This record gives sequence, structure tokens and C-alpha cells, in this order.
Amino acid sequence: MLEIRDLHAGIGGKAILKGISLTVRPGEIHALMGQNGAGKSTLSNVLVGNPTYEVTGGSVTFNGKDLLAMKPEERAHEGLFLSFQQPVEIPGVSMVNFMRAAVNAKRRYHGLEPMSAGDFLKMMREKRKVVELDSKLANRSVNEGFSGGEKKRNEIFQMAMLEPTLAILDETDSGLDVDALRIVAEGFNKLRRPETSAIVITHYQRLLDYLRPDVVHVLMDGRIVKTGGPELAAEIENRGFDWIRAELSAGHTETERP
Amino acid sequence: MSSERQYLDIFTAHREMIDRHSAGVLNALRGKAYDDFSRMGFPTRKVERYKYTDVSAAFAPDYGLNLNRVKFAVDPREAFRCEVPNLGTSLHFIVNDSFYSRPAPSLPEGVVVCSLKQAAETYPDRVAAAYGRLARTEKDAINALNTMLAQDGLFVYVPKGVEVERTIQVVNLLRSDVDLMANRRVLAVLEEGARARLLFCDHAADDRNFLVTQVVEAFVGERASLELYELEETHAKNHRFSNLYVDQQRDSRVTLCNFTLTGGLTRNRTDLTLSGEGAAADLYGCVIADGEQRVDNNTLIDHRAERCTSNQLYKYVLDDAAVGAFAGRVLVREGAQHSRSVERNANLCGTREARMYAQPMLEIYADDVQCSHGSTVGQMDEQALFYMRQRGIGLDEARMLLKMAFADEVISAIGLDPLRNRLHHLVEKRFRGELGHCSGCRLCK
Repeated sequence: MLEIRDLHAGIGGKAILKGISLTVRPGEIHALMGQNGAGKSTLSNVLVGNPTYEVTGGSVTFNGKDLLAMKPEERAHEGLFLSFQQPVEIPGVSMVNFMRAAVNAKRRYHGLEPMSAGDFLKMMREKRKVVELDSKLANRSVNEGFSGGEKKRNEIFQMAMLEPTLAILDETDSGLDVDALRIVAEGFNKLRRPETSAIVITHYQRLLDYLRPDVVHVLMDGRIVKTGGPELAAEIENRGFDWIRAELSAGHTETERP
Repeated sequence: MSSERQYLDIFTAHREMIDRHSAGVLNALRGKAYDDFSRMGFPTRKVERYKYTDVSAAFAPDYGLNLNRVKFAVDPREAFRCEVPNLGTSLHFIVNDSFYSRPAPSLPEGVVVCSLKQAAETYPDRVAAAYGRLARTEKDAINALNTMLAQDGLFVYVPKGVEVERTIQVVNLLRSDVDLMANRRVLAVLEEGARARLLFCDHAADDRNFLVTQVVEAFVGERASLELYELEETHAKNHRFSNLYVDQQRDSRVTLCNFTLTGGLTRNRTDLTLSGEGAAADLYGCVIADGEQRVDNNTLIDHRAERCTSNQLYKYVLDDAAVGAFAGRVLVREGAQHSRSVERNANLCGTREARMYAQPMLEIYADDVQCSHGSTVGQMDEQALFYMRQRGIGLDEARMLLKMAFADEVISAIGLDPLRNRLHHLVEKRFRGELGHCSGCRLCK
């Protein structure tokens, strides 16, 4: 489904991703862990086409199509969704108008008629319940005056509305209390279809307890340096990242030995 | 003295004809207006209130004038079935600068809505008591020029205590087969406790160069209430110079709301005087400009009495190489204690070529007042745009949503539901580029 090959990218001439390769198959959940500045958010931003970042090398295909050649909105139509680490407030644009524009743009892309107002509002109501998003929030401007937790819940609500095939959750657990985390994670699980894949960026084990990743990657200095099963996340939770760094430098010394 | 010459010459050559097709009350002020105009000439850009508009250049070309009042072969009532849905206005037309009479709409007893020329003949005292009292010819060249040449326009009179429920709508229609100058005059008198709502819609039916001067004088009596909405929807070859003067007596209430949707050069001067204690005024402006459009709003709110309130909000959305200017001066005079005033101007520049000149001004000579003023100029929020695109909303649509959200703050200030909904729809169409040319009263189609 998603094939990342030797991806290099940066921002303002500064290299951040230095050769990422990653394959995500339908239905798989991949956790991406790593210290601050390792390049996790850069990877998610590059995948969804944030124009602030420059791709300097490598390739990404999504369902066989060249993802990097697509506009951000086309990537969304193709089924890619990013739950933003910091969701943006858009004063004056109502959630209803925002979601209607998004849903109908996707329908148009796939050759479908726009949704009727009645059907759309019904869908809004149903999906809202999944993440227990207050109807008052749904009537407000996008993210305006939402608390940190409400913003994250709103991200999952939007995911529910757009039904992506690959969701990237960029620190969706940050700033959430225990209950809000459960609601968001359970909401995600309820919405998930067997073929839905996800890349989950997190610092903590807790979210992964709910989402149960198939694969865990560790990102360090713009490269994936270690890949393992769910037990890797647990080990990081206990021991941090230093042991991996130590392992690496030991490895380097070994490979450099004549 | 080059741009001025042709107007002075026209006046001296055709004064008899101008007078003959107008009324005594209007004619009485022409001599002084001529003297004032020939003395002052057009203001240069060194004159503070004309800093952002080159008046001479706009008046330099040779436009035709219909001084002989030839009726144009147009039946505006046929061309424009102008009904804002659910609003049911009392509808009138001014074609260029001639009032087109139409069967008397059902307005309350004593209310007058008619041609200014006719009013000056029928109620000479009432018109003479008001005409030219606010728009002083010695103070402003546009006032002087308009007073010198204007032959007709609109007269609105609402007697004491009468409330006009129905919105009085006036469609100003520009219609000509040659380049044309029109000089329009509006006089509105609301007596004590009277209530009225006016809606002016400017349209240009022909693809000609038009030059319009409009002078509006509105007298709002004690406890009276006036709402005045102006909507310009002309084209790139139109040049509009509008001077609006409002005088408010004790405890009166005024809402002025001006939308510039399309046009060429637009210059709106608004002078509002809070003469009586406890008077309150709200001024709203919304400008949507692109191409080479230029829009200059210049306001003065004069707090002369105690306990008055003024609130101003002007928003501009500029694209392409459009140029906008907003200069708003709030003057709180000595003794105008407990004045409250808020002035806010916010502007969105969609391109690097668009220019905005913003100048909020506050002058206070009283010591117990609450006043604020501020202005912002910004670009489209890139993060918000990207957020929307990630959700699948195309760049154009995302920009449209942001612009709409920006303008909506002004639209939502409109108290009248059908008008607000209609304007919301019109502004959205404007942003979608579906108001390309003016072919009638869009407010009604």
C-alpha cells in the first residue's frame, strides 16, 4: 500500500530525513518512535505534502501511484489522512462547511455526486458520537476555542468523516488525559476497517496499548535504525533510547573494523 | 487648473439649461458652489483626506453630461425585477442622475420618497432647510462640483414618530451609449422618533466609462433610527466619488453599511456627526477588490456631545494588483465626556502585488472616554490553507473559505435576515469569480 524508498527530505536546506525506507501493507499498524528531532513529524509532513518541506531524494508510492507527484488534496482523496500534532484553528470557517467541502471534494474526485445536506448532517451526527464530540463543538469554527483534548478528538472525528485507508497519527496522544486518550484510541479502533492502515507517531506506550501495532520502528537522526514487534515499544518505555544509540555505535565500530 | 477647467466651462456655458431642468432650491446654491470649486480646484494628494486617491486624474477625461435631461430609452422596471427574497422592498430607480418615478408604493402616511427635483418644487421649505447644510461646498471640491452640477436625485422624508417597516431600495443604474458623468444628490430627513431603512445598489448596465459623484445628506432627529446599506456592484470602468454626511441628534441610532463588491475606482467619504447626547452609530465596510480596482474609504466620526457611542469595522480583501485605502478619524471633542468609540480595520492581501494603506486615527480632547483604534494587514494563513488541503479541499476552495470567513464578520453585522443571507451569497459568488460583469441587480436575481 505504502512504499517509501530511500527518502531524503529537509526544511530550508537542512537535511532531516536521510534515507528512510518503509513498507506498510493493508491493515497494518506501524508505530514510529524516536526522540525529539529524530524526523518523525518531518516524515508525516512530507507524506501528506506539506509545502514547507523539500524532498531531496527517494520515492514514495501509494497504492502504486507516485505520491510525491500529487498535490496535498489529491493525496487526501487517495486515502491519506494526517491527524495533526497541532491542529490549526480556522476562525470563521464552521466545522460543518469545512467538512462538507472536504467530503464533497473527495466525492467529486471519485466521480460521485455531492452529498445531500440531509445525508451529510446525519453522517456528521453519527461520526460525532464515535469520538463523543459535543454537538456544540461541531457547530463552532474549526478548532477555534477548542481545548487541546477537543482538538485531538476533532482530528479523529474528521478521520471518521473522510474514511482514509492510511491514517498518520502524529502524537495524537500528546496533551490528552487518560480518559480522552481512551476515547480517541477506542474511537480509532471502532472506525478502523480491516484494510485500514496506520502510522502512529508517539513517545509513549499507552496509546500503543490500545492500538496494538504490528511493527515498531525507531527513528534516529533521520534514519530507521531499529525495527521490531510490539515488544520493542515496551522496551523503549522502560529503557529509553540510549541503549539503541549505544548498540548502533558499537555496530558502527564493528563494521568499520578491517 | 486643467482638470477643473472643463467643469467650470460647462457650468458657465450651460447654467441656464442646468437651472431650467432642476429646481430653485438646488439652483440657489450653484453660484457659491462654482465660486468655491473654482477657488479650491480638485484636491491634490497633499490634502490629507485625499492622500490615497488621485482625484484630478479621474476627472480629467471628457465625459458627456446629460444636462438637458434627455430620458434614456430604458424602462428600469422592465430590466430589473428587483426583489430581495422575503424582503419586499419599496423599490425605486435612479438612472444615471434622474429619478424614475413609479407607482406610489405602500408607505405610511406622510412618508415621502421621490425625486429631489420634484420635492424641491413641492416642499421647497423642507428641502431648503436641509439641502447643502451638511455637505458644505467650501469644505470639499466634490461637494462643490456636485452642488454646481446636480439637477436631481432622491428625497426621503419620514415624519415624526413614523416607522417605515418596508426597506426603501434605490437602484442606481448607469446606462449610456457614450462615456458619461452623473451627479446624484440624496437628501434624507428623519424627524424625531422616525425610523427608516435605505438600501442603495449601484449598477452599470453598459460597458462605458462612467464617472459618478454622489452627495448624500442625512438628518437623523432625536430618537430616530436610520439604517443605510450601500452596495456597489459596477465594473472596472466606473469611477465613484461618494460623500456621505450624517448628522445625529440626541439618542438617535444610525447604522451605515457599505459593500464594494466590484468597481473601478471607488472613493467613499463618510462624515458622521454625533451632535446630540446619547447618539449611537455603527459603521461597517466590506471591500472585495481584485484586478486593478482601487477602493478608498475615508471616514470621520465627530463626537460632539456626551455619552455618544461609535463603532467602526472595515474589512478589505485585496487580490491581484488591487489597491485599498482606509483612513478613519475619530474626533472626540472637548466636553464629549463618556464617549465610547471602537475603530477596527482588518485587511487581507491575497497577492504580493496587492497594496493596502491603513490609517486609523483617534483624537481626544475630553478626559473621561473609552476609545480604541487599530488596524491589521495580513496574508492568507498558510497553515490553515495546508490543513484544509490535507482534508482534501483544493487550494482555490480553501482560499475562498478563508476569504469568506474573513468577510463574514462584516456580513453578520447586518441585522436584516434576508439581506444578510443575500449578501452572504453574493460575496461568496464574488469570491468564486461568478460576478464577472454587472448585468443587473444581482441582489435580486
